Amino acid sequence: MSTSGVIKLADYVDKLLEGDRRSAAKIITLIENDLPGKEEIIRRVYPHTGRAHVIGVTGPPGAGKSSLIDRLVGTLRAEDLRVGVIAVDPSSPFSGGALLGDRIRMQEHALDRKVFIRSMGTRGTLGGLSRATKDVVKILDAYGCDVILIETVGVGQTELDIMHCADSTVVVLGPGAGDRIQAMKAGIMEIADLFVINKCDTADVTRIKNDIENMIDLSPLARDWRPPVLKTSAFTGDGIGGLWERLQAHKAFKISSGRSALEAEKLKAELLEIMYGKVMERLSTGGLSNGKMKEMIDSVLERRVDPYTAADTLLEKLICFREGA
Amino acid sequence: MARKIRVLVAKPGLDGHDRGARVIARGLRDAGMEVVYTGLHQTPEQIVEAAIQEDVDVVGLSILSGAHMTIFPRVCELLKENGAEDIMVMGGGTVPEDDVKELKNGGWAKEIFTPGTTLETIVEWINSNVNTD
Repeated sequence: MSTSGVIKLADYVDKLLEGDRRSAAKIITLIENDLPGKEEIIRRVYPHTGRAHVIGVTGPPGAGKSSLIDRLVGTLRAEDLRVGVIAVDPSSPFSGGALLGDRIRMQEHALDRKVFIRSMGTRGTLGGLSRATKDVVKILDAYGCDVILIETVGVGQTELDIMHCADSTVVVLGPGAGDRIQAMKAGIMEIADLFVINKCDTADVTRIKNDIENMIDLSPLARDWRPPVLKTSAFTGDGIGGLWERLQAHKAFKISSGRSALEAEKLKAELLEIMYGKVMERLSTGGLSNGKMKEMIDSVLERRVDPYTAADTLLEKLICFREGA
Repeated sequence: MARKIRVLVAKPGLDGHDRGARVIARGLRDAGMEVVYTGLHQTPEQIVEAAIQEDVDVVGLSILSGAHMTIFPRVCELLKENGAEDIMVMGGGTVPEDDVKELKNGGWAKEIFTPGTTLETIVEWINSNVNTD
């Protein structure tokens, strides 16, 4: 980013709030790289957030998540809604680089000024999103997006971060998912607010649909909201309108069933995550004087203190923990 | 820690030979960069819009069709129109030496790599031309 300095930063936030896409893009870069100014930006932007319907789209690689999103964006644009898309692809654990290819399948809306698509690498996070995703959602929300679609990396069973990030989570499966369904019962199959069996133009998906319905019948989580199991084809466009209807129904359900309680749960998770990050940062940047650390290591080495007690003692110093406080 | 370099690798126009572009994309990924690849048959408008939204440092245009004297200037003009002329434009493909000179002198491309260039050369060029502070 060829920009630095506090004044510039404030300009960018003002322009973001006016709906300027280059400012949105620049701010996202700053947040993704955890650069100085990030917290200041979130502070300023936060009062302007909380309006967008955040929809997570997850599922195994090749299920058709990107193509489905491309179609869904079309439906949303027909209603003149402003749409943000965050497409996450894996970063290499070796080079740290990433090939971000989700845009290839989202070309339909490449020139639509009311669609903002941003690709992100996971950058070492294992839950199917990147660490910055939640904050990027805030930026697109403040930018004015009515709906924000988040595409996770192609997931296996336990990349579940999306459930803490989205209002509605869509699990997309392909017609070949049948054999995997048994194995997937815990984890990803539990976080779906909606199931989508995509590519239904290529195969008979009745059996898979029945398998999932049976699984939901037995789920203790599905009492108030029963996740619908929808058939779609991103290729023909079949079922996409129905998907949007059910997503809206899910949002209405959440609001009617005490959204604030659910929001509070999500916020608690977010706060804990931020606190965890800050504690880790202080630990690794030597928030403890090296002397204290060394002293404690010596004590452990000489068997005067055990590692757990040593860790407790150091942590208490770090976060000024007081009993009963 | 230094900021991660982001590159858009784009295939403009009608030419469908993207093996080179994919090799470059892969090579840059392995050099630790984040590479956005948008597929074949992109218009300059699509390329510039993607570059802005993705906030890339560099746009790499892969052209083997002979359309380089049209496409490079067009992409640069559009970047400028959108206040994004700080995004660097480089290219690769079958571009004659005289045209390379003209494009570079005209400010339409910061660098153009022709067949035979090693991945190392390109990676090194990007690393030394992008400011990651």
